[in-house]
Amino acid sequence: MPPAAPRSGDAIFASVERVNAELFTLTYGAIVRQLLTDLEEVEEVNKQLDQMGYNIGIRLIDEFLAKSNVSRCVDFKETAEMIAKVGFKMFLGVTASVMNWDADGTCCSIVLEDNPLVDFVELPDTCQGLYYCNILSGVIRGALEMVAMKTEVTWIRDMLRGDDAYELQVKLLKQVPEEYPYKDDE
Amino acid sequence: MIGTGKIKQYANVLDKPLGKGKQEVSLSAFAFLFSELVQYNQTQVDNISELETRLEDAGYAVGARVLELLCHRDKGNRRETRLLGILSFVHSTVWKVLFGKVADSLEKGTEHEDEYMISEKELLVNRFISIPKDMGTFHCGAFVAGIVKGVLENAGFPAVVTAHFVPVEGQQRPRTTILIKFAEKVLRREARLG
Repeated sequence: MPPAAPRSGDAIFASVERVNAELFTLTYGAIVRQLLTDLEEVEEVNKQLDQMGYNIGIRLIDEFLAKSNVSRCVDFKETAEMIAKVGFKMFLGVTASVMNWDADGTCCSIVLEDNPLVDFVELPDTCQGLYYCNILSGVIRGALEMVAMKTEVTWIRDMLRGDDAYELQVKLLKQVPEEYPYKDDE
Repeated sequence: MIGTGKIKQYANVLDKPLGKGKQEVSLSAFAFLFSELVQYNQTQVDNISELETRLEDAGYAVGARVLELLCHRDKGNRRETRLLGILSFVHSTVWKVLFGKVADSLEKGTEHEDEYMISEKELLVNRFISIPKDMGTFHCGAFVAGIVKGVLENAGFPAVVTAHFVPVEGQQRPRTTILIKFAEKVLRREARLG
């Protein structure tokens, strides 16, 4: 039987169960507020958000692969396209675009214009160092690590800090070949 | 510069248009986020009732904001002043906006005058949650109880709101009941209003 064709982000988003984005936005806001109250240091909150995103990412990748029917990506360029066009669409309902490829093809930017996490949000002066959407960088890092790519994800532009879009830089550090976990002679 | 970027930049977040509230995200995105919320709070507490309190506090913040948003957008800034009015607001409008459907039922408590119950076969937040046996009576619906509390308290109807599992015959998973116990002054005010 020939493998099923990969489905587009819109098709998958239309077929999954959906919830109101405002519930999602407000819940995320409650999480960030709890973290700020508990941890108090903006850097700590950034790290914790990234860690939470990582925990989500390592499980999210399974759902992504199951629902989207993608075959193995040939190179990192295709991976980035998959994340932007299919991944963001099927989970957050927004499309992102990929740009600013460097010469090696290992570093690119994913640009989001619409971001459901940040509706109604304004950063107060006391939290200027906060990367409010840092959970997204953790999700991408976690998901890619589960498919054998070690990456570094950082924020280049952040609308809450006055820029005009959200831009994430995804840098491929190395491809970790899959290791067979058992020794053959045991 | 003209033509740069498609999004209009607003100086103040309060100037941004509210949007119709029709945007959606996938259920799994919300489920992942909620599970992280619960997992994070588990590391911060020592016992179950503290965990429920923290979830309720998180929900309270959501409820307060949902009330403001819905009052402005859906109700044209009209305020509910009667008990039944606010309860049906929670049971229909709030539930419909947040969970996509009205709550299964709204009942008045038979034993006490000040108790009301909103029941739901399966809360959206509990869809992918299973409670281990050693956590006993813990209910992630404490988050939803917090949302209801946030809405009621900020509308001027202070109440104690809790979430309970109610086993139902013939159903494998128990039903969830949100128990609302209004404060004395709410009932006195309601009696005065006639």
